[in-house]
Order: sequence, then C-alpha cells, then structure tokens
Amino acid sequence: MTRSELIDLILQKQPHSQLNPKDVDAVVKTILEQMTASLERGERIEIRGFGSFSLHHRPARMGRNPKTGDSVPLESKYVPHFKPGKELRERVNQSNS
Amino acid sequence: MALTKAAMAEKLFTELGLNKREAKEMVDRFFEEIRNALENNEQVKLSGFGNFDLREKSERPGRNPKTGEEIPISARRVVTFRPGQKLRARVSNYAGNNE
Repeated sequence: MTRSELIDLILQKQPHSQLNPKDVDAVVKTILEQMTASLERGERIEIRGFGSFSLHHRPARMGRNPKTGDSVPLESKYVPHFKPGKELRERVNQSNS
Repeated sequence: MALTKAAMAEKLFTELGLNKREAKEMVDRFFEEIRNALENNEQVKLSGFGNFDLREKSERPGRNPKTGEEIPISARRVVTFRPGQKLRARVSNYAGNNE
C-alpha cells in the first residue's frame, strides 16, 4: 500500500465526515509531518494498539568507503525505531496461522 | 511528553480546520488502514516517512526467563519499520542539537 492508496482508502471510509481528496491528502501530510517533527525533537510517539516510535542511539564508529576501501570516521547519531504494539502484533501474526 | 493520537487530532483541528469529530476519525482511520494492510500481508510504503515491512520468522529455541525451562518460539510473522531517507536525515539532526 502506498501513500496515495492510503489516502483513497481513508476517503472511502468516512462515516461522519465528507472530506475531499485534497483535504485527506493534507491530513496524511500533516500527520506524517507532525510525527517526523516529534522524532526530530527526540520526542517519542505512542499510539495504543499500533506501536511506538522512539530514537535509538548509534555510537560513533569507523566506516569504510565501499568503493575505495578507505576508512572514514562516522559520527554518533540517532536513528528512528518502531516497536509494534500488541494489537498490531497479534493481527499481523493471526493471519499467518 | 510523547506524541499521542489526541495531539494529532488537535493539530488537524487547529491547522486544517477539521471539526473535532472529523479530526479524531481521520487519525483513527489513518492507523487502522495501515494495520489493515499489514494484517493482509501487504507492505506499507509512506514516501518521505518510511516503509512498514513484513517478515516471516521461523521457529527458534527460546527459554522461559523465570523458570529457565526451554520452550520453542513458534514461527510468526512480524512487522518491521524501515525509516526513509528524509526521516533519517531529520532525526540525525537531533544528536547535533543535543550533544
């Protein structure tokens, strides 16, 4: 499922709203931007039944340029991490068994 | 403070002018449609943010941490998240600002 397919699905299922495609596009954009901005500030995201996003620290290390084989120092950094929530884990695994 | 669905609905209300009911409905649908796709074994690709992928894990040996008893961990399907370039780049700013 792509972003535009997600927008179409949300559009089709609006029991209490009558938003048009442009509105729903803005909704998805706003949600994703808010999530990104939150992580950018080092703030966690917690969505019950879906999961949580947080940052994991990666210490500085020596890397290599794969083309030349030269050693390159890489600075420590933070990377986004997602931990699926209970409902998501169960629903995904249920369809497996 | 962590970002929650309530704060997301509030943002849709203040920024896009949705009413409170619409805003809550949109946030709920957003996450429910992603869960639905994953439940149907479909990868979810949100350009600029990241991909939710599915992985099949085969059975492996495990242990009850309390009793030490050996019990196999059954084969299962799990969700993994691969952040996109844009999200990675913006998050890596965090270290710069705080360390």
